[in-house]
Amino acid sequence: MKLRAAAAAVALTLLVGAAAASRGAAARANDGTVRITIHYSKFEPADLAVEPGETVRFVLVNTDPIDHEFILGDERVQLVHENGTEAHHAPRPGEVSVPAGETVVTTYTFPKISDSLIFGCHLPGHYDFGMRGVVSIG
Amino acid sequence: MRNPFARALTLTILTAIMLTGAAGSALACGGLVTPNGTINLLKTTTLAAYHEGIEHYVTSFEFAGEGSEVGSIIPLPGVPTDVIKGGDWTLQRLIIETQPQPEARAFQAVGDALASAGAEVLLEKKIDALDITVLKGGAVEVGNWAREHGYFLPPDAPEMLAFYADRSPIFLAARFNAERAANRGVQTGQGTPIHVVIPTPNPWVPLRILALGRKAAEVVQADVYLLTDRRPETLPQAERSKGFDPNQRGLIQEVSEPASTTLLADLRSDRGMKWLPENGMWLTYIRINETAANLKHDLAIDASGYGRPNPVAAGYPTASGAAPWPIVWTVMSALVAVAFLMVLTDPAVRRQAARVFRR
Repeated sequence: MKLRAAAAAVALTLLVGAAAASRGAAARANDGTVRITIHYSKFEPADLAVEPGETVRFVLVNTDPIDHEFILGDERVQLVHENGTEAHHAPRPGEVSVPAGETVVTTYTFPKISDSLIFGCHLPGHYDFGMRGVVSIG
Repeated sequence: MRNPFARALTLTILTAIMLTGAAGSALACGGLVTPNGTINLLKTTTLAAYHEGIEHYVTSFEFAGEGSEVGSIIPLPGVPTDVIKGGDWTLQRLIIETQPQPEARAFQAVGDALASAGAEVLLEKKIDALDITVLKGGAVEVGNWAREHGYFLPPDAPEMLAFYADRSPIFLAARFNAERAANRGVQTGQGTPIHVVIPTPNPWVPLRILALGRKAAEVVQADVYLLTDRRPETLPQAERSKGFDPNQRGLIQEVSEPASTTLLADLRSDRGMKWLPENGMWLTYIRINETAANLKHDLAIDASGYGRPNPVAAGYPTASGAAPWPIVWTVMSALVAVAFLMVLTDPAVRRQAARVFRR
């Protein structure tokens, strides 16, 4: 029986490890902080889930040697920024520039309804390159 | 001296980059990123000639006009011993030798370079209106240098720089000085050839960089000429030509033949080309006509006659840099391990095994 228990433990460990690896590095801390790494012009992770009305503190770590930005909002917001001309703008909740090699923080309170929002970078060519992610609310 | 890595590198990247400020644009080996992020498709012509352990990389930068904010970057396989002004007709003469005339195509030239805080400047040189900088550094250092010197890198640049820096930390940056260009009367579209002298065990031509800043479906076009002592082998292997078919995609070998003495004589008479033997060279012309999505590798060349181009030089993954173990295999391995352990611990199975071994 001991051998069987050991085998089950090994299997469980491997499966849990595999599941964790498939989801990438854990991004979320218990204090409502979400850490997003920007690497090779991609957000990691690019899929998040939050509760309606939740306030999240985003810690954005840019490992690239080029500037990026983090714009959180619905499709209309994304469109406005995609067609905008501001290379940099003053930070607003959920909208912040992330200079090359730097870490910035922005805090955002999500609406109290089930929905989904998009976060993306709208520097020239970045959004089309695939620099975007989704936040599911609820 | 068949260092596998060094063999693989003789490269030249061109990264389309935007330059800020008053610098004029320099187009090299590839695309040009405009301030609105679109790409002007351009054709590049490059000569990678190799003789007595030295690669002579000749390409041309085209002035795109004052105020244009464009540039590019060239990764190199090793530290160049010199960067000089290229000959006036070498590239054109190769085109005439190998391509159907009379539509003499304008050739374009190679890129601009980047560097950054942490990147070491190995060489600085002015060639006509071009400012050339040879840098040593990793992808981040070179990217930072570029950004701090007014280059704008497209979103795929970080990964592209890493792709090259992982194999060789040497990059060449070039951009036009607008004031000198104006003083010299350099016109938009006018090319300035450069000639980079690089000791290396085997020549190499960076191709993937040509896709920098381009959308996946965009077609990259370039002409690559090789002049080698022996018939070279390349990786990826070039496809057989269908007779200059403009719809043929891929790396297409249009010419592979002994270089004619008249061609060599003409090339030798150009600036900086006296090193070229009078005969006995092999001419290869590879036409690049491939979508950016499929242009994933560089051109590794074995000019030694052994026919073994280096996969590392071509950018194929090494054993240590292999793709991560797929998650599905991890799960499958775990399940197999569980099943195996459970079977081993089953009393009935153990009794059966014992009977088998007693026999």
